[in-house]
Amino acid sequence: MNTSTFFEGLVREDRVHRSIYTDAAIFEREMTHVFGAVWVYLAHESQIPRNDDYVAARLGLRPLILVRDAEGKIRALYNRCTHRGARVCRQERGNARTFQCAYHGWTYFNTGRLRGVPWPEGYACDFKDGQFNLAQVPRVESYRGFIFGTLNLEAPSLENYLGGISGQIDQWLDRHPGGKVEVREANRLKFKGNWKLAYDNAADGYHVVFSHRSLLEMENRTQQDPTKGMSFYMGKPDEAPMYVQAFAHGHHFKDKRPGIDKRPGALWEKEAPHPGMAFFEKKIRDRLGTGAGRALDLAAAEAVNINVFPNLSILGNHIQVFQPLAVDETDTTWYATAVCDEAGELGGAAEDVNALRLRTQEAFPNFGEVDDAVNFEEIQRGLAACEDEWVYMHRGLGVPGRVRTEPDGSLKAPATDEVFMRCHMKEWQRLMASEPKISVLR
Amino acid sequence: MSYVDEAYYAELVSSFADWSGEAIADAALRERCRMLLEREARLLDQGRFDDWLALYSAQCVYWVPGTPGGDPRREVAVAFDDRRRLEDRIYRLRTGHAWSQAPASRTVRLVGNVEVFPWKEEVLRVRSNFLVSDLRTGETRFWSGWCGHRLRPREGRYEIEVRQVNLIDCDQNLRNPSLIL
Repeated sequence: MNTSTFFEGLVREDRVHRSIYTDAAIFEREMTHVFGAVWVYLAHESQIPRNDDYVAARLGLRPLILVRDAEGKIRALYNRCTHRGARVCRQERGNARTFQCAYHGWTYFNTGRLRGVPWPEGYACDFKDGQFNLAQVPRVESYRGFIFGTLNLEAPSLENYLGGISGQIDQWLDRHPGGKVEVREANRLKFKGNWKLAYDNAADGYHVVFSHRSLLEMENRTQQDPTKGMSFYMGKPDEAPMYVQAFAHGHHFKDKRPGIDKRPGALWEKEAPHPGMAFFEKKIRDRLGTGAGRALDLAAAEAVNINVFPNLSILGNHIQVFQPLAVDETDTTWYATAVCDEAGELGGAAEDVNALRLRTQEAFPNFGEVDDAVNFEEIQRGLAACEDEWVYMHRGLGVPGRVRTEPDGSLKAPATDEVFMRCHMKEWQRLMASEPKISVLR
Repeated sequence: MSYVDEAYYAELVSSFADWSGEAIADAALRERCRMLLEREARLLDQGRFDDWLALYSAQCVYWVPGTPGGDPRREVAVAFDDRRRLEDRIYRLRTGHAWSQAPASRTVRLVGNVEVFPWKEEVLRVRSNFLVSDLRTGETRFWSGWCGHRLRPREGRYEIEVRQVNLIDCDQNLRNPSLIL
């Protein structure tokens, strides 16, 4: 069968075939033709701040050790002994110059080079030959602290891959002191469904008032008029000033800021109550006076979703990572971020900001994402109906005036439009029908 | 509602940091604490959230660390609820639109290995193990771990001022952690 025709049949202009979410063979192909072919988010530099620090990561299903080696170079080593295939590192994180396989004692430097094997005189081969080094991802690059890797030697540079979405990452970072954040653990969730269900949802402004109805009611339970949390979705979100924007390579962006007052402190005022709010807000206001608005806004969820295909979604103050595990099982990990104010831009208030910011970040995973996750699971269950073949994503398609092409080629539409799904599915289709030049380094 | 401050966090973390001492050898006290914990488990199994919340003090915390012993000043938790957020949590479950609990989990809880430890003055710490069987949409899952309760005597009974729920898989990806553990 012609693969182009096959995948064209699965991704139509207005809909996709159920099998792209349910077929194990398609999932297996995604692990090479999508996750092997593009830049995939691996980890944040703040998770490995010192030389010899490492953290477990994955590229598709491949287990990796993401390490900052003795010279400070970031490498993505395959966590797979060259000898018999066992994972050589079984810790989630740590600091190590070498990794020794627990099975037969083969030992590797954190550059991936084989250090030695027990009783080498029993081998006729030359272990100085690089073929016995750990495999590693041939291209690993960072964008302002976000570490990506790709196996595809013909992929564009990371900067070109990110394209227009990098400007949104810049804006998200630049609101912080020093233009950076650090990761402070995570809310870790799992759902029994295909990973694309989470990516399809990442810029979806249509589901909010339905899937998150309980959260909207909860956040505004003591309000005369709903003004807290995601209240800007209420009423007619089609006509709200927020928008969704789809970029090349399947990336997208949802901007809810146009519906929020630009005055410093206005974002903070939208936060519903959180533990510690009364004490730490007062402390910050007492310390910073009229400058408190900017600091408090850093404790509030930034009103954007920045989605980098296929597995990264920066939203609020979270770095969310989608990790496929099987065709019908996905981990979504919501890494919390904190401000790190080395230059003292916040006048000593950084840790008080973080004391609030950690609590605000717990709210959505607890009271919002859990409802999305069961809706993803219910899609996966519904798609067992094999004769009912199609999943639609045609909201806004063909409606005059909804989708505008921007000068940079990106597409902009009301926040409830599904144009972003149509764009990333088109990219998915292109990737699945292409043959990436995949290789590893040793 | 302003009791969660620096001093509160410091006391909270230190009170659950060390379980190396000897448990109090007082069978009657242990039985009293065990009855409170079993009552709490039953009220949650019955979905009687108002009665459950009435076991807690006005200045309480329900805390599910996201790493073993994780410090809430340094990192996010699976759940960190002061009284206000705990009321939010219950409010949300009752909207009828909290899809992760609509339909709701059917649960049974086992509480065991109850040991009572001293804290400061008349305040006690109770350590217990738990197993929650959670049936939802045709699948049964299990939550397990141990709890630290901090109990304060008030008007002839013990009030729960903190409950720390230590899931054995607290730092793993959790499927639908929307029930109150």
